[in-house]
Amino acid sequence: MATEADHGAGGHSPLAQFEIKRLVDINVGGVDASITNSTVWMLIAIAAITLFMVIGMRRGALVPGRWQSMAEMSYEFVAGMLRDNVGTAGRRYFPFIFTLFMFVLFCNLLGMIPYSFTVTSHIIVTFALAAVVFIGVTIIGFARHGAHFLKLFVPSGVPIFLLPLLIVIELISYLIRPVSLSVRLFANMLAGHTMLKVFGGFVVALGIIGGWAPLAFVVALTGLEILIAFLQAYVFAVLTCIYLNDAINLHH
Amino acid sequence: MEADAAKLIGAGLATIALAGVGVGIGNIFGNFVAGALRNPAAAPKVFGNVLLGFALTEAIALFALVIAMLLLFVF
Repeated sequence: MATEADHGAGGHSPLAQFEIKRLVDINVGGVDASITNSTVWMLIAIAAITLFMVIGMRRGALVPGRWQSMAEMSYEFVAGMLRDNVGTAGRRYFPFIFTLFMFVLFCNLLGMIPYSFTVTSHIIVTFALAAVVFIGVTIIGFARHGAHFLKLFVPSGVPIFLLPLLIVIELISYLIRPVSLSVRLFANMLAGHTMLKVFGGFVVALGIIGGWAPLAFVVALTGLEILIAFLQAYVFAVLTCIYLNDAINLHH
Repeated sequence: MEADAAKLIGAGLATIALAGVGVGIGNIFGNFVAGALRNPAAAPKVFGNVLLGFALTEAIALFALVIAMLLLFVF
């Protein structure tokens, strides 16, 4: 809807918050590499993760303080997730999973700050992350098992005449993974922030007399959204672990 | 029928998917509570799986949202 887009530029549409604005125009050989608000918030997320981990572990005390125990907790959380889902063979992929989890988590949580920008509410960002996971997992699978990796698409113990159908289904479900992985995160963030904006609009529309009921609801929704921000980062990382497990351990 | 009206009707119809998702989420938490009452000691261990199942089911609802958004804003 063109009118909706025009309206959105005014800042009243619930979708105006997802608008990408160019801050510094950079053009490298015809490729638009401008610094946008999305870029800035990604950099803020990376800086925040670095500060969180580096300052948290600066003292490295045997009995951790509050900050250090939070940093250790996040490490142990991802390490435990990898241990449960992949086993010991997955330990070498810990840095990747940890980076992925922390990046998605911080982007989601920073998006909860009012007037900030949610990087993960754009399909292109989440799809890039999911595509890296998908391509990486496929390469790991072929590198470890060679052509045997194709056995992943052949379920064991099914009648032979069903196999042609099942192989096609397995192949489609494998190829759809990056799409579902990225759309899940993107749609959760988009829906959550749109919903908050819509209810915020109710507060303004009802004014000081009737606005309290939607305001209370917005407060509750904000709590839910913080839970969802964490949960979606967890789901993204867990599904990456599950895909990795398929590629490494190859039992179907 | 006008194209705009058909678009709005289509977007509304896309939200019917919520019925299935409601069943799914109710199923997950209902079964979790039933299981947790039978064996409260095992409940914390599966709660992570419950949340995972909840998030996966909720994502199905959001696919419907994406369809509705596509119908409204893209076509």
